[in-house]
Amino acid sequence: MTSALSPVTLSVEDQIAVVTFDAPGPVNALNSGLATHFQSIFERIDRDDAIRAAILVSGKTDTWIAGADIDELAAVSSASEAEAISRAGHRLLDQLAALRKPVVAAIHGACLGGGLEVALACHWRVLSDHPKSTCALPEVQLGLLPGAGGTQRLPRLIGLQAALDLILTGRTVRPRKAKTLGLVDDLVHPAILRRVALQRARELAERTRTRVARPSGAAELLLEDNPIGRAIVFRKARESVMAKTRGAYPAPLAALEVIAEGYAHGVARGLDAEARAFGRLAMTPQCRELVFLFYATTALKKEGGSVTAVAPRPVRRLGIVGGGFMGAGVASVAVQQDLLVRVRDASSERITGMLRTVRDVLDARRRRKRLTRQEHEQAMARVSGGTDLTGFRRADLIIEAVYEDLAVKHAVLRDIEAVAPDAVFASNTSTIPIARIAEAASRPERVVGMHFFSPVDKMPLLEVIAAPATSDETVATAVACGRTLGKTVIVVRDGPGFYVNRVLAPYLNAAGALLDEGASVPAVDAALIAWGFPVGPFTLLDEVGLDVAGKSGAVLAEAFGERMLAASSLARLIQSGRLGRKGGRGFYTYDDGTRGAVDSGVYALTAVGESRQAFSDDDVQMRCVLPMLNEAVRCLEDGIIRAPRVGDVGAVFGIGFPPFRGGPFRTIDALGAAECVRQLLALDARFPGRYTPADMLRRMAEHGERFYPATGKPL
Amino acid sequence: MSSLGVPGRRVAIVAGVRTPFARAGTALKDYSALELARHAVAALMQRTELDGASVDLVVFGTVLPSVLTPNPAREVALLPHFPRDVQAFTVGRACASANQAITDAADQILLGHATVAIAGGTESLSQVPILHSRRMSDTLVAASKAKSLGERLSTLARVRPRDLVPVTPAISEPSTGETMGQSADTMAKLNGITRDAQDAFALRSHQRAATGLADGRLTAEITPITVPPRHTEALAIDNGVRADSSLAQLAALKPVFDRAYGSVTAGNASPLTDGASAVLLMREDVAQALGYTPLAFIRSYAYAAIDPAEQLLQAPVFAAPRALARAGLTLADMDLVDMHEAFAAQVLSNLHGFASTAWAERAGLDAPLGEIDPDRLNVLGGSLSIGHPFGATGGRIVTTLANELARRNAAFGLLTVCAAGGMGHAMVLERA
Repeated sequence: MTSALSPVTLSVEDQIAVVTFDAPGPVNALNSGLATHFQSIFERIDRDDAIRAAILVSGKTDTWIAGADIDELAAVSSASEAEAISRAGHRLLDQLAALRKPVVAAIHGACLGGGLEVALACHWRVLSDHPKSTCALPEVQLGLLPGAGGTQRLPRLIGLQAALDLILTGRTVRPRKAKTLGLVDDLVHPAILRRVALQRARELAERTRTRVARPSGAAELLLEDNPIGRAIVFRKARESVMAKTRGAYPAPLAALEVIAEGYAHGVARGLDAEARAFGRLAMTPQCRELVFLFYATTALKKEGGSVTAVAPRPVRRLGIVGGGFMGAGVASVAVQQDLLVRVRDASSERITGMLRTVRDVLDARRRRKRLTRQEHEQAMARVSGGTDLTGFRRADLIIEAVYEDLAVKHAVLRDIEAVAPDAVFASNTSTIPIARIAEAASRPERVVGMHFFSPVDKMPLLEVIAAPATSDETVATAVACGRTLGKTVIVVRDGPGFYVNRVLAPYLNAAGALLDEGASVPAVDAALIAWGFPVGPFTLLDEVGLDVAGKSGAVLAEAFGERMLAASSLARLIQSGRLGRKGGRGFYTYDDGTRGAVDSGVYALTAVGESRQAFSDDDVQMRCVLPMLNEAVRCLEDGIIRAPRVGDVGAVFGIGFPPFRGGPFRTIDALGAAECVRQLLALDARFPGRYTPADMLRRMAEHGERFYPATGKPL
Repeated sequence: MSSLGVPGRRVAIVAGVRTPFARAGTALKDYSALELARHAVAALMQRTELDGASVDLVVFGTVLPSVLTPNPAREVALLPHFPRDVQAFTVGRACASANQAITDAADQILLGHATVAIAGGTESLSQVPILHSRRMSDTLVAASKAKSLGERLSTLARVRPRDLVPVTPAISEPSTGETMGQSADTMAKLNGITRDAQDAFALRSHQRAATGLADGRLTAEITPITVPPRHTEALAIDNGVRADSSLAQLAALKPVFDRAYGSVTAGNASPLTDGASAVLLMREDVAQALGYTPLAFIRSYAYAAIDPAEQLLQAPVFAAPRALARAGLTLADMDLVDMHEAFAAQVLSNLHGFASTAWAERAGLDAPLGEIDPDRLNVLGGSLSIGHPFGATGGRIVTTLANELARRNAAFGLLTVCAAGGMGHAMVLERA
C-alpha cells in the first residue's frame, strides 16, 4: 500500500497510525495526483483492525501543508476542470471526515489554504506554539475561494463572523489566536506535538475524551444562531468587502454567497456551490492576474538581481545619512530585523525626531500585537544616532537619504568614503541618476541606488538601481538587504526617474492636463479609483508632496522632452507654495492630517479658470493610464527593466497599479497591443507629442505579439 | 612595583559612555535602572563599533537592584548587539559598585578568563523598590497559598490599615542607623570642615562641570536619551549642574540633617540621581589586534574599610595609599586626581586625612600622602554637581579620568570613591 517512494506513508505505533505527508520538493503542496495516495491510506485506516486512530504529521521541518499546488491551478483551462479539482478535494476530505476512527492533525509550520482545509476535516487539531506555525485560508488573495470544503467547515468550527474574517481577507492566524478562535484544540510546544497528538488520538478512540462544542458568546448567539442575525452578519460583511474592493474582486463576494448557501440549504448544497464558484473564479481575469503576480514576485525572490550569480555581502550594520521621514522609515524597518542601525543627521533635534519616528512605527506594531514588549525594546536598542560619522566606520551598507541635491549627495559620498571606504553606498534618490552621484566616488563600483517608497514601513517595493559602474556584488548586496527589510525588490537600470517614477510621470501629467481643460479634482481621482487605483492621481501628488513631484518632473522633462512636460496647472500649483498633505494644502486641504475638500484656490490656477466641466470616466482613465502603459514599454525598450514582469511587479507594488489587472504589461496584453496603439494614436492626434506609441508597441501590434503567453503558466 | 599584568597584557580602558545623569524624579524617572544600563551599553557598542561576538563578559554594579531583574548585567548582555552567549553578573559594593564591576572585569582579564569585557553601573533613584510591611507580606504570601476563595478572603480580611504603610529603603547604615548625611555632618565636625569651605567646594564642582559640559569634554561621554513618555525631546547633559550657582545661593540653604549645628545642606551634598555608565575593557594586546587605541591602563587598585560608626566616608584615606603603594607611585606622581564627591564635607575630610600625620599613622604610613594640588583635583567637577546614581558613579569617574589623562597626554591619574559601610576604593590609571 505504502512504499518508501510514496509522498504519504503510514506506520503504526501502538495501535495508532502515524500518517506522514512528505511530498517531493521543499514544501508539502496538494495536487490531484496525491488523492489516490491519501485515499488508500484512509481506506487502510478504516479497514485495519490493528489501527484504532491516526495522526497526520508533516515530513517537512517547518511546513505542515502549504496549500494547493498553484501550477496545477494555473494550467487549468476551463471552469469545469477547476470545478472538478474542487470536487475531488471534497470527496477526499469527506472520506477523511467520515472515518469512524479519529484522525488528529499534528500541525507544525505553515498550515495554509488546502492544508488548513485538510486539518479542518480531521477530528482534532493540535498546533505547535511556534512562530513558524501559521494558519490561513489565503485563496481570496489569488482571486479564488477555499475549494476543499473550507467555506463550509470553518464557520461551523469557529463561528460565522470569525470564519468570514479569515476567508474574506485571507489573513494569517498566529498560534495563540488559533487556539482562542477554536481553530485548533490544543496548543503545545513543538517538542511534544507528536506525543500529545498520539495521546489525543488514543483518548478519542477510547472515548475518554470527546469534542466539546466551543462556547459561544452572547453576541454570537444572537447574530449567528438564527437566519435574521446571520442576514445582518452577511450584509455587514458584504458592505465591508465592497468598501475595500469597490467590487473589483469577485472572489470574496462569491465566498460570501457560498457560505450563505450552506447556512440556508445545508452543507451538501454549500459544498456544491463552493465547487461551482471555485470553477467560475478560476477562470476570472482577476484570478489569472493575481496568480500571475504570485508567480512574478516568487520569481523575483529567487533571482539575485543580476545576470551573474554573485553572493551578496552580509549586512549586519546599516548606516543611514539623513534621519528625515525616509531615513527614519528605513531605520524603522531595519531595527525589526537583526540589523544595527546608526543614523547621522545635522542636529541632535533631528536625531531625536528620527528616534521618535522609529518609535512611532514600533509603537503602532506593538498596539497591533505584532511585536512583544521585549521585541519592541530590542528593536529600539538597535538604533542610535549622532551628528558625526561615529559608528559608520564598520557599516556594511550606508544609505543616504539627504536633500535631493547633487552637490549635497556628493559631499555625503565623499564623507562616507573617507570613513568607510569598503561599505556599499546606496542613494535613496528618486530623481538623480546614480551615475551622476557616483561621479564623486573613488570606488563607483560600490555606489548603487535604493529607491524606497514612502512611508517605508508600509510600502512593499524597493527599486534597486544599478549604474553602469555598479558591481554585481553591490547590486546583490542591495537586493539582499532590501529583502531582509521585507521588501519586494526590483532591479532596474540607471536612468532619469528609474522605472517607477518614470511611468508615473506621464500618468500624473495627463491628470494635470485634464485639470487644465476643466476637469474637477475629485472627478479625476474618482475615475482612476474606479479603474482600480487605491487613490487618485491628485491625492497621490498630495501624499508624495508637490515639491518632490515637481523636482522629479523637471528631471524627467529635461530628459524626455514633450511627453514628460508637466501640465501648466501642476507647475503653477507648485509655484503657489502648495506642498500637499505635509503642508496642509495641495489639491485638497488638510486639517491635522485629515483630508478635507478641494482647495478652492486650485481651479483659479488652471488655464480655463474656475469653470469646471464633466469628462467621461473612460476618457479620463484612458488618457491617464495609456501613457503609463506606453512609458512602461519604453522602459523595457530602453533596458531600464529587463523583463515585463519586473515592470508589472514594480507598478503594482510601487504605484498601486490595480493588482487585478496584473500590471502595465498584463494590461496591454489584455487590451491587445493593436488596440493600445490605436487608442494612443487617436490621443496623439488630439495632444501631439504626448501619446506617441513606443516603437516596440507598434511592432507588437503589427505582428500581433504579446508580452506573456496567452494560456497556461504565465512565467 | 609596576602595573597589573605583564607588559602587553595589561587591562586597557578603551572607551566609556554614560547616560546623562538626571536628578531623581526628573527626565529619566520613567526609565528603570536596567533600561538606563542597556541604553549606555548600546551606545558604547555603536560608538566603538565593536563586534559583540568579541565580548566575553559583562559586569554591572547596582546598589538597589530591582527584584524583577535581580541580575541586570545579564539582561544588558542580551542586547541585540551581542550574541546570546555572553555571560554576565551583577555586583554590589554600595557607591563603589561600578568600581567593583570594573575591577572584577579587570581581574577576569588578568586571570586570562576574558579578553574583552564591559563593566559599568546603573541606578534609578526615581524607581526605588518600595516594600510592603512585614505583616502585609506575610498575609499576601498566606493568601497566595490559600486553597479556596473563602480561605483567601478570610486571610486577606486580616489586613489592618497600619499594614498598608509601605517600607521605603532609607539611606542609612544598617550597623549604626545613622543616615549618610548625618555621618557627613559628623565628619565635618570631627575634621573641622566649615560650612563656607563646603559651599565653596560645591560651587567649584558646579563651575567645573558646567565648563566640561559647555566645552564638550563631558558631553562627549554622554549618550543622549529621549525623555519618556513622549520621547519628543532628548536629554543630552546632566541636569543637576548649575552654571549660575553662587556662594550666596548656597549659603542661603538650611542644613538638612542637623538643623541646629550641622553644615551639610542640599547644596553641598550630592543629589539623588538616575543614570548609568559603561566602560569597555580589553587586554592590551587584544585592543591592539582589534584596532583600538586605549585611553589608559589600570595600573593598580585597592579597597579598604573603616568602622562605620567612626567616620563613615573616610576609607579612601586608607585605600589611596594602598593603591599607590601597589602602583609603586606617590601622590606627587599623579597628574590628575578624581575623587567621588558624596558630600563636600567628605571630600574635604578625605583631603584632610591625606595630609594628616595621624591618619597616615593609622594607615601604617611613614608620612602622610600629602596635599593634592587643587588644579589637578576633580578638574571636571564631580558628584556634587553632576549627580550620583549610586551604582553608576564609578564608571563615570573612570571614563572621565581616562579621557582627561588622554587629552592632556598625562602619565598617571588617581581616583577614589567612598562607599557606605565605611568602605573606600582607589585606582591608579597610567597612560604609557
